[in-house]
Amino acid sequence: MSNFSLKNMMTRQDVLGFLVLAILLLVIMPLSMDIIRLTQFGKYLSFAFVAVGLVLCWGYGGILSLGQGVFYGLGGYALAMFLKLEASSPENTAIQSTPGIPDFMDWNRITELPWFWEPFNSFTFSVLAILIVPTIFAYFIGFAMFKRRVGGVYFAIITQAISAILTILIIGQQGYTGGVNGITDLRTLLGWNIRSDYASYVFYFVCVALLFVCLFIAQFITKSKLGRILVAMRGQEDRVRFSGYDVANFKIFVFCVGAAFAAVGGAMFTLQEKFMSPSFVGIVPSIEMVIFCAVGGRLSILGAVYGAIVVNVAKTYFGESFPELWLFAMGALFIGVVLAFPDGLAGVYQKYCAPTVDRFLDKAPVFKRYSGDSSYSPSEPAKAS
Amino acid sequence: MTMHKQSTTGGATGRWGLGKLKLLAASMVLAATANAAAPPTAEVNTTGLAVTDDTVNVGILHSVTGTMAISEEGSVQAEILAIEQINAMGGVLGRQIEYIQEDGASDWPTFADRSRKLLRQDNVAAVFGCWTSASRKAVLPIFEQYNGMLYYPTFYEGLEQSPNVIYTGQEATQQILAGLNWVKEEKGAETFYLLGSDYIWPRTSNKIARKHIEDVLGLEVVGEDYFPLGHTQFNSAINRIRLKKPDVIYAIIVGGSNVAFYKQLEAAGIDLTDGKTTLLTISVTEDEILGIGGRNIEGAYAAMKYFQSLDNPNNEAFVKAFKERWGEDSVIGDVTQAAYLGPWLWKAAVEKAGSFDIDKVREASPGIELTTAPEGYVRIHENHHLWSKTRVGRAMANGQYEVVFETDELMEPDPFPEGYQ
Repeated sequence: MSNFSLKNMMTRQDVLGFLVLAILLLVIMPLSMDIIRLTQFGKYLSFAFVAVGLVLCWGYGGILSLGQGVFYGLGGYALAMFLKLEASSPENTAIQSTPGIPDFMDWNRITELPWFWEPFNSFTFSVLAILIVPTIFAYFIGFAMFKRRVGGVYFAIITQAISAILTILIIGQQGYTGGVNGITDLRTLLGWNIRSDYASYVFYFVCVALLFVCLFIAQFITKSKLGRILVAMRGQEDRVRFSGYDVANFKIFVFCVGAAFAAVGGAMFTLQEKFMSPSFVGIVPSIEMVIFCAVGGRLSILGAVYGAIVVNVAKTYFGESFPELWLFAMGALFIGVVLAFPDGLAGVYQKYCAPTVDRFLDKAPVFKRYSGDSSYSPSEPAKAS
Repeated sequence: MTMHKQSTTGGATGRWGLGKLKLLAASMVLAATANAAAPPTAEVNTTGLAVTDDTVNVGILHSVTGTMAISEEGSVQAEILAIEQINAMGGVLGRQIEYIQEDGASDWPTFADRSRKLLRQDNVAAVFGCWTSASRKAVLPIFEQYNGMLYYPTFYEGLEQSPNVIYTGQEATQQILAGLNWVKEEKGAETFYLLGSDYIWPRTSNKIARKHIEDVLGLEVVGEDYFPLGHTQFNSAINRIRLKKPDVIYAIIVGGSNVAFYKQLEAAGIDLTDGKTTLLTISVTEDEILGIGGRNIEGAYAAMKYFQSLDNPNNEAFVKAFKERWGEDSVIGDVTQAAYLGPWLWKAAVEKAGSFDIDKVREASPGIELTTAPEGYVRIHENHHLWSKTRVGRAMANGQYEVVFETDELMEPDPFPEGYQ
């Protein structure tokens, strides 16, 4: 690993990209928006986690998952369960038939806390569960599929089925999950009022910080040997296999990473919106998440962040301005982007802006020590998959 | 006094219909400008709401896209109609109401998002909106945090009483108890089969229904089944019903599932018009019959507080105004009428309080009465729900209900019914 200097990990364009994004998220946004808009923006960023994970799975690994909502939901629910238990203290729920359990359980005639809720009384357990539960779940799905060499369209369909199943499960078992209402009315985190404006600011910065952690991990993976193997697998899986690599293990790994990212995103959503509902687990939101990634450019981890932001901002803007027409506008946006720019926003940047930026960087003293290399991009192989 | 004045003026509107309403509006506006009697803004708005010397902003928050759009459309139309009528009469405290409409997109997080925008950014004085319980649950913490006021129109499961919500629909007991009493007395029913879509409202409602049937009426429940939302295969449940031969099928099935359910019921030879089996529902309004088809549900009974066919002068004027505004083919269901009450109740409360401040409006709300309501007379209870009558209607092939029963007294709203939990 000694060859992993910053220089190998990031081209100067990458460094510039990270810096610009950091300035945008940490300085420009907090200064230019009031707290409501900023929280909304933080919610968009929670989708960016999923999109970054999808760049790894889909853009690099060639694994199209239409079920990322499952992991987003699991992460979100893990945290929501903890917060709900904290909000359901016997004093707060004194009017219920059984005080001390979440309100929706009481409405469903459940009289004691189900066993799988018990551990969520612990903050440590809940935080670990956010990461571990979705990852283990992804591992089992990946293991079952990839070891049997199920891939491509079949894998996409199965992930979609899983997200449908989980939605039905959550909605059907409303006594244990809150059903279609979701888990609402979250108040405090370890006694700290999470509804205050101050808390909202804190959560926004936590969200940005975690997003950068994920971005660095993703960057590391794409630039490592592992990333190259993923790209090779996407192009010619058999050749990689015949070269002695266990293809399935790499796929499982990258799928698990994508799941963990999505789960962190889901938890960030819960923190900022103060509730979680099954409307993020189903097929439609899962496909939307793929669209974020496609609009941003599925080969660019920074592009994925912008994709999530642009699509969601457009959604909110159209939704507020033309309540009855916004769905059409969104549809037009997607069709337009996919037809005109198949590599998404990142593709547009690469084609039109990158050369100019490169010339500029040649002159900038800070970037002098960074040479050439910016031309490397893991482009799509000629063969259609 | 203000309250009373509001009622009578509104009554005039109701009886005269839209033609004379415009005349009245013109004279009222003239009067308003001539007198300039509107109290100064600083006096009626001490908390920074969006109130100017001649306008006040309110929000309308329903789904106009997505699966709920069909159901919520009527509520939006009713609220807009009420606002326009109030404006034509001179507005509220001399101020014209301007509404900001937001789309909840049938998605609960979007509802939360939009309500935050309405309360924090637009500083609206009231919000008329939400339809499903899920959307209400999603926005509730936000209304409580930012101290907004929501007028919620749908009949729902109860178990809630927020200082920041006025519930203009009926809570579960208001819809259920009188209907069950009626079916026992009128039809001599002894056995019941409970059905429902699988979510909080049907489950809670059936829980109350079962307690009432078993503990209060001393009758028997012979079966209880739930189906996922959107379910379309009712054959096995219908077979069980045929085996148990209940006197009453008590159905709380919602949305698109209804179409399949009533068609399959008919196909299985259970004829609702022959008087052998009584079907009583609390989930099918005139709006839903549009989708089900009048022929398929003919003979079923529904327990509601409002039917379009109600015969009283208020309702006559309301139906006429609604059709003039939104088209001759418009159908008005229970929730649409409840949504129509929202702006009127708010107006009355604001005028009684002499202020738009949320806290003062809340304080003024209990006891507010409307004699001009299409459903007749309603009054706001201490617990923020409405006193209203329960009625039973028989579905006819033309998609309307024929009212066959109404309670003599107003039913007291009881969102936390003792002994029914």
